[in-house]
Amino acid sequence: MSAPIRGRTDVVDPRAVAGRVTDPELPTVTLADLGILRDVRVERGTVVVEITPTYSGCPAMGVMRADLVHALHQAGFADVDVRTVLSPPWTTDWISDEGRRKLAAGGIAPPGNAPVRDVGPVPLRLGPSRRTADCPLCGSADTEELSEFGATACKALRRCRSCREPFEHLKEI
Amino acid sequence: MAHEETVYEALDHAHGGEGQWAFGTGFDEPLAGVDTTVPEGIDPTDLGVYCLMLGDDALVLAQRLTEWVTAAPELEEEVAIANVALDLLGQARLLLARAGSVGVLGRSREPATDSIPDEDALAYFRDPDEFRCTALVAAPNGDFARTMVRLLVASSFRLAVFTRLRESRDPVLAAIAAKGVHELTYHRDHAARWLVRLGDGTEESSRRAQDGVEVVWPLLTDLFVPTDVEQRLTAAGAAVAPSAVRDEVRDVLAEVIGRAALRLPEWPADTPPRGRVGEHDPELAELLGTLQGLAREHPAATW
Repeated sequence: MSAPIRGRTDVVDPRAVAGRVTDPELPTVTLADLGILRDVRVERGTVVVEITPTYSGCPAMGVMRADLVHALHQAGFADVDVRTVLSPPWTTDWISDEGRRKLAAGGIAPPGNAPVRDVGPVPLRLGPSRRTADCPLCGSADTEELSEFGATACKALRRCRSCREPFEHLKEI
Repeated sequence: MAHEETVYEALDHAHGGEGQWAFGTGFDEPLAGVDTTVPEGIDPTDLGVYCLMLGDDALVLAQRLTEWVTAAPELEEEVAIANVALDLLGQARLLLARAGSVGVLGRSREPATDSIPDEDALAYFRDPDEFRCTALVAAPNGDFARTMVRLLVASSFRLAVFTRLRESRDPVLAAIAAKGVHELTYHRDHAARWLVRLGDGTEESSRRAQDGVEVVWPLLTDLFVPTDVEQRLTAAGAAVAPSAVRDEVRDVLAEVIGRAALRLPEWPADTPPRGRVGEHDPELAELLGTLQGLAREHPAATW
């Protein structure tokens, strides 16, 4: 095991460093805001970081891991171990209030409450979705969903009927 | 190859040498740091084979759906199909990595280089007879209506299995299922709404939707028939016997077909499992040719 470079582990808090790393797809929010960053601790000189995937196929996981390692190396921590945690699974309820404010300020409508369905069959939804989202641009509640699937796995496409602008919605999951 | 490495290295060095700016360096293992100990009473080989069944279903259906990219009827639909395929690819990666973690690799490691992770060896270097997917996912897409019928059936089946699999005694499988349930709910609803729209649409869209149903339904013949592996693992509390989800899936499909004003065909009689034990129609080999061609041609390539 190599010693931390520049011997700064006692000065710099690795939690603060990891907590400032932003999401590669949503640079207005941090991984901590999104609830992707589960834990940061020091075990025998190694900074152990735990992250959880949002979607099974989220292609940003590798970049997140590399960004965390990079930020911690830059802050002087030589030994960094980024671990994946699968349980409990991430839902949009893990996004903090601060994260929701930053998303809206960045033009992305934050999610509502995640659906709770831990047991039993999942009911079929044949009608149009009843999800709502306020327009992040003009604030109107009069918006419609264009598609449940957007430019990234986590977002739906919506349009505001008041200001006519399209916008993205971090969909509840 | 040399050229690609130079470009990658240049990008990497320009950005601090932390591998942040280009993919293909193998840092992206989906089970990195996850405890993969197999609980007592679960046969590791059975568990690995079962993960291949679920993983191959997802991998092959993802590949089929991807064939629609650049060819879907509208841009939003193309994005939707690509999203569904991406979710399935992610599930496949986790499941194949789980199979690799218990040492179920088949003959895949012989042709693969040591530098690639187990999930890639399993995806790219198994021959068709080592794949455990069902004929339902391997069958060609046909037109858009048939693609949506197949997606409806496949996602209804998978969702019903995954909701139960959340209780698996294997914590890794349970966690993969718990995450997948949320994704599969979106997939099933999307396909179901399309089927209602097509079936209850024009004469032409209704005819195509009905044709799709007629072609896809015979593929149900061995979908709900458990293999020996599934029976043993179900008894051990780690798997879900497909027979246990038959009624739920049948109800879902009947509801959608009814709302779509389509005719519900006869449910096909049970036949012994074929795809789950490695018996496939030639279409799978064709699909794998596309999926595996690049990796087999350049086993150590990064991009």
